[in-house]
Amino acid sequence: MKKYVQDFTVIANEKVNSDYFMLTLQQEAPLPEIRAGQFVEVRIDQAPDTFLRRPISIHDVDFVQHQLRLLVKINGTGTKHLSRISNGTPLNLVYPLGNGFTLTTGRALLIGGGCGLAPLYYLAKQLKQNGASITTIIGTRCQSMLFGLDQFQSLGDVLVTTEDGSCGEQGFVTQHSIFQQIETFNFLYSCGPEPMMKAIAKVARQHQIPCEVSLENMMACGIGACLCCVTETNSGHQCVCTQGPVFNINDLKNY
Amino acid sequence: MITDLNVSIQQLSFKNPVLTASGTFGYGIEFEYFIDINRLGGIIVKGTTGQHREGNRYPRMAETPSGMLNAVGLQNKGVDVFINDIYPKIQHYDTNIIVNVSGSSIEEYVAVAEKIDTLNQIPAIELNISCPNVKQGGMAFGTQCAAAEKVVRAVRDVYHKTLIVKLTPNVTNIAEIAQAVENGGADAVSLINTMLGMSIDAETRRPRLSTITGGLSGPAVKPVALRMVWQVYHAVKIPIIGLGGITSATDAIEFMLAGATAIEIGTANFLDPQITLKVIEGMENYCQRHHVEHIKDLTGALLIETNH
Repeated sequence: MKKYVQDFTVIANEKVNSDYFMLTLQQEAPLPEIRAGQFVEVRIDQAPDTFLRRPISIHDVDFVQHQLRLLVKINGTGTKHLSRISNGTPLNLVYPLGNGFTLTTGRALLIGGGCGLAPLYYLAKQLKQNGASITTIIGTRCQSMLFGLDQFQSLGDVLVTTEDGSCGEQGFVTQHSIFQQIETFNFLYSCGPEPMMKAIAKVARQHQIPCEVSLENMMACGIGACLCCVTETNSGHQCVCTQGPVFNINDLKNY
Repeated sequence: MITDLNVSIQQLSFKNPVLTASGTFGYGIEFEYFIDINRLGGIIVKGTTGQHREGNRYPRMAETPSGMLNAVGLQNKGVDVFINDIYPKIQHYDTNIIVNVSGSSIEEYVAVAEKIDTLNQIPAIELNISCPNVKQGGMAFGTQCAAAEKVVRAVRDVYHKTLIVKLTPNVTNIAEIAQAVENGGADAVSLINTMLGMSIDAETRRPRLSTITGGLSGPAVKPVALRMVWQVYHAVKIPIIGLGGITSATDAIEFMLAGATAIEIGTANFLDPQITLKVIEGMENYCQRHHVEHIKDLTGALLIETNH
């Protein structure tokens, strides 16, 4: 797939909650083909502490308006700077990067923990187009950190877990009661903290359900040149930026 | 006036002085989406060893002020895979394709160089005696004059094209190492490789790299690199390829003024995949503004007041 380096313009920067914000970016030319699970490398200008680009999942794509939406967690100085960016500011992107998810036509279970929801919305939209039925589990610390319910509800069933029990079932996503009927699903997709994805991989393997996870390794180039973002696979070290970020759990060594 | 951007390293001619640094540009293929590779003076492909190497464990990278640390550890598929699978895909490039040759013993360097010598479309190698991220070999050869000279001489005996030797800055006197390499038969030196550095996460009290230490690159190292190019320029007769933190045409011109015949762009490729072409255009522009007819005339053209 062709990759581009292009300037977008920030047309909205909305605070989601204390930890997250949503950027809407637009460009004049039509967008290229973009697969669910792909990401962009954002150059962060005028932030002296930030040297490298930041890899960020594509949350949503609007091909009519030539818009991308990025759901971003404030993690460090780079993302903090991005969270304060004002409308009209140009943002330079290298995109679309990475491989993307495999789209099932069957019953899909999407499991997102925290920032892991970022790639799952565009995935849910693509799955819906593909004829799949969609159930999404959203896991957060507490109700005040919960977001994205409406948009996922428009595409299928949504289940919630919170660590403090303030909304939905109490506990981690993997403790949700839906896992008692896990064998009714044809494909599991997950993005979030590594322990969560590993727990889901274990369940998937027990029930022999295909499962893909999206990794978030630190990166420099995003295009397979620096070899910094590798993960251990059955065929050795592979770049998360080009061979991933989406991996079938059977290809990953520690899953 | 049209500026002549051509430069030469001994008998090898470059259409312009801009090359890409090993380990930052893959095999060129990764950048085909963004630039016309044929417009570059040369590309130096990923460090290639005798056997397949998996490299170091993740995490291998840490961002630092105006730079980054890496500890990739020469991950590559080995020279045979390069020759059989990669070379056929890149040999058509109309630019100088240079292979960075690495190893952990003199025998390995020699074996890889001998194999690369047979490839018609590879006019030069860059002998990497300066990798800080491998346990054996690598930088060990580049920090002692006798060892440096010995490995260069051994490779010189079997390699018949242009032999560039990449130097490490992690030495007390880089001029002496450059002289040793010149004595060993090198056609040119390139400098600097990364500087040994370290990064710690105070919150977790852990090193940020799996190897604890790694190689620092990016604008943070530029003043050191420039100083070393200038020192080496006054110590050897062979041409110098300068690198270390170049992110603009102005940076590149500074390296030429300090004594470099050509330059390499490394870490900046990660920030802007089109940076190489911008640097070439900017260098041409500089020459126009300064009425420089031949860019090669800038090499060592630093003006220093002597009447203090």
